[in-house]
Amino acid sequence: MRPFICAWGMKRGAAFNMEFWYFLIDLLPFQWAQPGQMFFMKNALLAVLVITPLFGLLSTMVVHSRMSFFSDALGHSAFTGMAIGALCGLSDPSWSAVIFAVIFAVLFNLVRRNTSLASDTVIGVFSSTAVAMGIFISTMGGRSFTRFNSLLIGDILSVEPAKIGLLALILLGTVVFWALSFNPLMLSAIHPALADSRGIRVFWQETLFSVVIAVMVTLSMTWVGLLVINSLLVLPAAAARNVAKNMAQYHLFSVLGAMLAGVAGLMTSYYLGPSAGASITLYLALFFLGTFFFKK
Amino acid sequence: MRKIKHGKLAAGCADSCCLKLEGLSVQLQGERILQDVSFHLHCGEIAALIGPNGAGKSSLFRCILGQMPYQGKITFSPARGPAIPLSAPLTGYVPQAPSFDRGDPVSVLDFFTAATSRWPVFLPIPGKYRERAERCLERVHGADLLDRPMGGLSGGQLQRVLLAMALEPIPHILILDEPLSGVDIEGEHQLLEMLDELRTQYDLSILFSTHDFATLGQFADKVILLNQGVVKIGTPDQVLAAPEFYETFHLRLGHEKGGGV
Repeated sequence: MRPFICAWGMKRGAAFNMEFWYFLIDLLPFQWAQPGQMFFMKNALLAVLVITPLFGLLSTMVVHSRMSFFSDALGHSAFTGMAIGALCGLSDPSWSAVIFAVIFAVLFNLVRRNTSLASDTVIGVFSSTAVAMGIFISTMGGRSFTRFNSLLIGDILSVEPAKIGLLALILLGTVVFWALSFNPLMLSAIHPALADSRGIRVFWQETLFSVVIAVMVTLSMTWVGLLVINSLLVLPAAAARNVAKNMAQYHLFSVLGAMLAGVAGLMTSYYLGPSAGASITLYLALFFLGTFFFKK
Repeated sequence: MRKIKHGKLAAGCADSCCLKLEGLSVQLQGERILQDVSFHLHCGEIAALIGPNGAGKSSLFRCILGQMPYQGKITFSPARGPAIPLSAPLTGYVPQAPSFDRGDPVSVLDFFTAATSRWPVFLPIPGKYRERAERCLERVHGADLLDRPMGGLSGGQLQRVLLAMALEPIPHILILDEPLSGVDIEGEHQLLEMLDELRTQYDLSILFSTHDFATLGQFADKVILLNQGVVKIGTPDQVLAAPEFYETFHLRLGHEKGGGV
């Protein structure tokens, strides 16, 4: 009974919030912002405004602790989780993808801790295994791979209000996580032994962080697209690094840059027709190029 | 000039001993890293740990910091203040200088605040944390470094920031891993004089590893020559003149009166 009430409550809440959002959007002077139409575009804009600051935030630590290869590998493994979910006949395989990605992240951290291999080698092992497994499962019995093509490109216009609510909750959770864990994570990335000497549980902090990335990458891959999702985790902070002098500036530039590129990418996608994920990435690349020449 | 020590190396030093290592051994994947290491470190004492590469200096530090499993006993008894649990002396650790990229957007203030407070440093840092960091950096004569990027510091400046961090809060034992590597002669003397100042002021025990034997006589009270086990322990003069010292570093005998190498 309780889950039902809960879901109903969330839907009611989401519906109410969406009404308010549509009301705000209707004030904009765009053609698609006219009242009573183009709801998919209005939803997509809200989704972009929730997803991009999240990626901007996580991106700072991905770049700082040199985890861009890891997040790339996670994206690949997420697809395998989807394939497993589809195999098990789940109606929404993204949850099995989340579980798979979390297991992937924890296992990776465990193996990395207990081996003398370089971490990019460990990532290579995990990533190739996961991808092969995904292709194996999804093509078993001679089935075609093409039904997964939409995952590779992503489609932000297909986002539903309930999912936006979920993403907003994740954004909130991530901000809380950031407030508690940013200092330990930063020190762990700079010098693990020093962090440990100051009472930080380096392994748990790093594992928790990779789990957060795993959840984020998996939940947003349907809309952003697997092939470009890692760019959202690397480019905002990479660009911000070019010009930031301290951590506060670094975060500000990264989050703002990601949001601007997100909105600009969505508009480009609307007026010219290309994939929104790719457009956002290209704007981020421009952001990087621009800051590169303004280097401090 | 050197401060009078509280303890002696003799058996009756239990009252003033800060750190006692007894029969410390470490094995890693079947390989023996440390074998039966025993020594005492007293309050207000500066001890230098020397030994060839792979002698187990860093492992010894990691044992004292509680980051590595070991056999044997490490105990601690404070000479000042109320008794504290043996497992929990405050240990300040200055690691071998971590490498920062030039472009790292980490300012000294960010780094310091992240290590010594709960304030999340991705938000603008409030005045009270700034003042505290300034006060702590003052201890190592580095208050002017506060807004500099970590990646832009010289070796000596970086060591000073790390030292200021290890001294907040003031520890019982201060451990420095090769603090003199990557520091020029000027910075080296500044750093060593600072350590001398600190142990007098705060009565803390200082243990540092080094390859620089020239400064030992001037700054260390005790030198521990380590090569898996303790090969020789004593005053700088005693250790540097000992045949074991020459053997360990494969130096030709006959240069015994050479002093610094």
